[in-house]
Amino acid sequence: MISSILDGDTEQYHNLIRPYELSVYRTALSFMKNESDAEDVAQEAFLKAFRNLKSFRGNAKFSTWLISITLNEARGRLRRQRTLRMESLDDTPDDGGHVSPALLRDWREIPSETLERQEVRQMLQDAISNLSPIYREVLLLRDVEGLSIEEASAALMVSTASVKVRLHRARLMLQKQLAPQLKSVNPKRRWFRWS
Amino acid sequence: MVIDCKHVWNHISGYLDDSLSPEIRDLVQQHLEHCEICSAILDSTRNILVLTADDRIFELPVGFSDRLHARLAREIDGDTRDGRDDFED
Repeated sequence: MISSILDGDTEQYHNLIRPYELSVYRTALSFMKNESDAEDVAQEAFLKAFRNLKSFRGNAKFSTWLISITLNEARGRLRRQRTLRMESLDDTPDDGGHVSPALLRDWREIPSETLERQEVRQMLQDAISNLSPIYREVLLLRDVEGLSIEEASAALMVSTASVKVRLHRARLMLQKQLAPQLKSVNPKRRWFRWS
Repeated sequence: MVIDCKHVWNHISGYLDDSLSPEIRDLVQQHLEHCEICSAILDSTRNILVLTADDRIFELPVGFSDRLHARLAREIDGDTRDGRDDFED
């Protein structure tokens, strides 16, 4: 399909990107935290991808390539808006701080059908949004978009060791915040205080 | 060698990714077999990540696709015509 687009059948580009709209938007949202800005970033990313389609190498996944373009676009926009926080990608030390999980004696599986409830979806959205940018980004890329550690490392321009550390913390932060909240979804779970 | 709970917590993410060395993975596995607390932490983390990855958590705004494809059509058309503004409302 890509070769036919490059040969001039540009209509095909619309079909090519449809499966990736949500991934690109979510990636943009993980940076921008604002739906309107995220949509602008997503549009620009798809446009840049079209204009640079010649440079796409088939040995990378198209989705990963799109996400990299989206991340660059989001970074550029944040820089232009001068809202890039000082705790940006490489400024936060990866070896500082320790995250402990929420403690519980048992866990009853929360089925995905529970997500039909708006309150549960909101709970998860808030937990992800409340993560610091460096943790939110790596969690989104690895656990939501399914990038490998190496792909996430390349997209975020940090080492694989940093990706692993950030991912570990992000996952435990999410567990720490959400496990107690999800208790209300399955209210019979027992809790205790760690001494 | 036996590892304690806090040591196991440091390996939760690696355990989920199956990226631990065989030796560490065995130690964590042995611990999990008799520790209901760490097992619950592992299960809850895994469960939460599955929920987090669900497409229902972050959905596209209403009209996103229409706006995107309309913009792309305009821009691509403009590119093709070498900058001539040739679209209709």
